[in-house]
Amino acid sequence: MCLATPVRIVELGENPMVAVEKDGVNFTVSANLFPDVQIGDYVLVHAGFIIQKIDTREAQERIEMINELYRSEL
Amino acid sequence: MTGIKEKIRLIQKNIQIPLGKEIKLMEVCGTHTMSIAANGIHSLLPEGIRLISGPGCPVCVTSQKDIESALILARKDNVLITTFGDMIRVPSGKDRLENYKNVHIVYSPMESLDLAMENPEKEVVFMGVGFETTAPLIASTITEADKRKIENFSTLCLHKTIPAALELILSSKDSEIDGLILPGHVSAVTGSAYYDFLQDQKTPGVITGFDGLNIMESIYLLTRMILESKTNILNNYTTVVNKKGNTDAMELLDIVFEPSDADWRGIGVIPGSGLKIRDQYKQFDALEKFPMDPLHIEEPKGCLCGLILMGKVTPPECRHFGTSCTPLRPVGPCMVSSEGTCAAWYKYGRGDKNSDR
Repeated sequence: MCLATPVRIVELGENPMVAVEKDGVNFTVSANLFPDVQIGDYVLVHAGFIIQKIDTREAQERIEMINELYRSEL
Repeated sequence: MTGIKEKIRLIQKNIQIPLGKEIKLMEVCGTHTMSIAANGIHSLLPEGIRLISGPGCPVCVTSQKDIESALILARKDNVLITTFGDMIRVPSGKDRLENYKNVHIVYSPMESLDLAMENPEKEVVFMGVGFETTAPLIASTITEADKRKIENFSTLCLHKTIPAALELILSSKDSEIDGLILPGHVSAVTGSAYYDFLQDQKTPGVITGFDGLNIMESIYLLTRMILESKTNILNNYTTVVNKKGNTDAMELLDIVFEPSDADWRGIGVIPGSGLKIRDQYKQFDALEKFPMDPLHIEEPKGCLCGLILMGKVTPPECRHFGTSCTPLRPVGPCMVSSEGTCAAWYKYGRGDKNSDR
């Protein structure tokens, strides 16, 4: 039920609607709950609404215990 | 170390449970239930860890009484019902919503407003289920209906919130839960600080995403935290979860709804665990427009959904499971919903050592 799909914003439409793209398919979603978006942003869409931005930066803050574990095998 | 397989093997090797100890982790999100089953996570875990599914499937936790309320509305000639897909197949006595042609499945609650404008002589009622991920969308739809002055739209608001249910499960006398795999998308909206209340319960939790590796990482973290007697909350889904969450969505939720009691299948009424439409928007509350007193409908005979939702029993312990209850002919909601515990067990099986209670 709380399924959400990652999509990319391709066009800002008539407020609050924006056009997004997923696997080559374009569709329109509402940015009413998350207005601060720009073309190119990756966002999470749930039931026709953007609910959150996806942080695509490589180096995210990871939990130290996980870093430690992965480092242990280097 | 980059490969997913290597990482999973490394995690597997490092999840170490002292001999004779048993750790019970509960996942509180139906999407996790499905991902755990689909990725065969159970078979990757050592003896001594048990994963238990909690009440995280909105369709499953909707009470028999609330489903009957929706049916009362569906039986009215002048009403069109809109709702999310799985809801229409949940049985109530001998009836279910899919028997009515005035029931429409929608992808987004906003479709209800278009339907209301196209059918001015009908009342469109959106049957809303779901947790904090979904409820702000309904709040947004209600404020939009208000802005557009749509008078023939209302919602049967059956939304529930996570904290009260978690508190109840953890504080129940026979609670055996040692750690929580916390929902990813609920947390994307609420923010990680939302779980601060768990500190009082002295139970650690890890906010978790939905791929197999992320779930394995969180299980590793939880076992370490439990063995080291740590009770904090960690965020292991930082791509979409931050401390504050989606503040616009949470503010709107608070503008439109107020906490109310909610009736959970298998649990009963939990004070403050539901969302009621505030007076200011009560013209959009289906219960205000259509006051009703649904008949008491018994839960299906022999169906163990209620106990399954509390993590007390597993699906094969139910006499209906896999015989008289299958996804095509479900007896209870845990088999109806694509993310129900019974549906997950039926589809992916769990014939491994950790699955038997």
